[in-house]
Amino acid sequence: MEHIISVTVENKFGVLSRVAGLFSGRGFNIESLSVAPTLDPSMSQMTIVTSGDDRIIEQIVKHLNKLIDVIKVVDLNESEFVSRETALIKVHTKAEDRAEALRIADIFRANVIDSTPATYTIEVTGDPKKIEAIINLLQPLGIKELTRTGRVAVAREPIRASAVQPKKVARE
Amino acid sequence: MKLNGSEILIECLKREGVKTIFALPGGVVLKIFDMLHQQKDLDVILTRHEQGAGHMAEGYAKATGKAGVCLVTSGPGMTNVITALADAYMDSVPLVCFSGQVPTSLIGNDAFQEADNIGLSRPCTKYNFLVKDVNDLAMTIKEAFYIATTGRPGPVLVDIPKDVSMATTEFVYPTSVSIRGYNPTYDGNKWQIKQAAEAIMKAKKPILYVGGGVVFSGASAELIELAELTQIPVDMTLMGLGAFPGEHQLSLGMLGMHGTYQANMAMHYSDLVIAIGARFDDRVTGKVSEFCPHAKVIHVDIDPTSIRKNIHVDIPIVGDCKTVLRELNQILRASVNGEQKELRKPWWKQIREWEAAHPLSYQQDADGPIKPQYVVKRLYELTKDRDPIVSTDVGQHQMWAAQYFKLAKPNRWLTSGGLGTMGFGFPAAMGAQAAFPGRLVLCIAGDGSIQMNMQEMATAVVSKLPVKIIVLNNRFHGMVRQWQDLFYQGRYASSDLENTPDFVKLAEAYGAVGLRANKVGDLDAVLKEAIAVNGPVIVDVPTYRFENVYPMIPAGGCNHEMILEDPPELKDKQVGAKKVTPDGNDTVLTA
Repeated sequence: MEHIISVTVENKFGVLSRVAGLFSGRGFNIESLSVAPTLDPSMSQMTIVTSGDDRIIEQIVKHLNKLIDVIKVVDLNESEFVSRETALIKVHTKAEDRAEALRIADIFRANVIDSTPATYTIEVTGDPKKIEAIINLLQPLGIKELTRTGRVAVAREPIRASAVQPKKVARE
Repeated sequence: MKLNGSEILIECLKREGVKTIFALPGGVVLKIFDMLHQQKDLDVILTRHEQGAGHMAEGYAKATGKAGVCLVTSGPGMTNVITALADAYMDSVPLVCFSGQVPTSLIGNDAFQEADNIGLSRPCTKYNFLVKDVNDLAMTIKEAFYIATTGRPGPVLVDIPKDVSMATTEFVYPTSVSIRGYNPTYDGNKWQIKQAAEAIMKAKKPILYVGGGVVFSGASAELIELAELTQIPVDMTLMGLGAFPGEHQLSLGMLGMHGTYQANMAMHYSDLVIAIGARFDDRVTGKVSEFCPHAKVIHVDIDPTSIRKNIHVDIPIVGDCKTVLRELNQILRASVNGEQKELRKPWWKQIREWEAAHPLSYQQDADGPIKPQYVVKRLYELTKDRDPIVSTDVGQHQMWAAQYFKLAKPNRWLTSGGLGTMGFGFPAAMGAQAAFPGRLVLCIAGDGSIQMNMQEMATAVVSKLPVKIIVLNNRFHGMVRQWQDLFYQGRYASSDLENTPDFVKLAEAYGAVGLRANKVGDLDAVLKEAIAVNGPVIVDVPTYRFENVYPMIPAGGCNHEMILEDPPELKDKQVGAKKVTPDGNDTVLTA
């Protein structure tokens, strides 16, 4: 099963390779990984999309926690969360396709962020299904380049104070 | 006080309580060696190969329980020490390795003797540091020792570029260390410990399965109390030997692939496995799906990733073995009564039956070839009063040492378990000898393994480390041959060494003493003579070439299905199987 794991790490050189090395060395799977600094510039936030059965996910979380540069690990699947991904799609547009490309962008609430006589670059944000859908629709026009950020995610804040907090994965 | 990087390193080592370092110089660490040369507080043992330095530091650490320290140069110095780092990582040995690096301005330029030390060591260290600024050096060293020795111990590498070792700064020794991503758990969860105590009280067929964690945590006294209080039999892993006295009536000896019959049967048929500081290695579990099919499992380990890695655990307790056992004993002391002992009587009766049915055995004829087991047994009997430290290499001799050398106390057993590093034993013994100059340190080796770090004999002679090496010489990579006998129809592909060097002359060439026992009748006298020598000795013991280690659970086999002796068809295959030239002449193999 797919899990999204949010990892807070020290913002210093070599940390990414420690995390990536852990996954490759132990045969764990990474489907996507995104990294950027947090509000506190001494820390970075990684969002890792991975998959495995409960036993493997437990090991992944424990091994991440064991890394000395890892400060906090949260398996977002333990509670409700929201996740988004952004894709930049450069589409070939013949004269007769330009209106269609704009219509598709409009339907998906995507933005055209660059334009040349023969291309549009479209920015779209959403969950993976939405990204897949727009890609499928644009494909017949001819996609020249595609780049995706990988998913970022955050736990939903409970509405009532008594509601369940996202369970922090403790170091047992 | 203004100091240069090299002086800061030395000053920090002294404050960490380091007395001895194992080192080999090179271009980018010359400044450090120059400073070491001008001080008297640290002993520098110059090794002949960086792998030797690493294993010596491991032996030092295993015997003392403190961090071992080694110092190597950049490039090949670093790549040579990798095997020792990987070994220490697998066996949780506290080690701090300092490596030289090309000057910061040249890093990444493919400079002479440059290697990506951080990248190379990342998968085989607990943590590693590249020090880019001399102002960070003292804090980095403090953190390195802290990480190496706390939690689940392990090797830490500190990579020091040449310019950092030469730059000067105001020396401030950090008084404390705190790393926000690293807080090992020492105290076990109280509720879980209570659950464990209740399970122990109820169990009819419990077994203690103890590993190296008990040794590093210093929890032997607590373990003995627990076992005696509850009368639970004790199985030890290879790394756990010595954690519980080998001659204790509750000890069933080593378990696993070459464990005793009773140790493996007791595991298989138990209803409660109490794992303490052990990690359910594949050499212990055998076939995971049929491992301890009737048992609940309690697992005490300081490393959460060890728990539920290989097998399902019912009562996980993350914590330090010593702390957890103390708490467990406290609960059990109040609640154990005669009832439990009564409850377990049939269990002990069963175990004694297993013990009697298939004890460890070998046959030594008075005028036949010397059997390797007999050598280990005699060595044990002749030296046990001196409380020796025993190291081994890896292979058949290691298993015979584990089976027949019954250690009474922890920190006496230096062996490479996880990585299985041939060539470990001799340098490890030297490291222990450096820590305890007055103690008797024995290295039980095979003729294959000893040749992997033979060059360190020069170090032993020069640095006056009077290690006694006993070579069980069968002119084979014996464990490889055993597997070929059992699983490859006796085709001895590259396992027959045919000719090994004359170890007596080899020892003499290095300026050490060489002795040989050719006959069973000579053995005791030769061993006694070796022990009496005040200096390093190699005792060459030509042994029966085809002896195999039993019991044996084939890899991936089930723990209660042990091979107990050579299959009948084997004998015919061995003798006359292949031509060898032990003395230069082609001869058909004979016993």
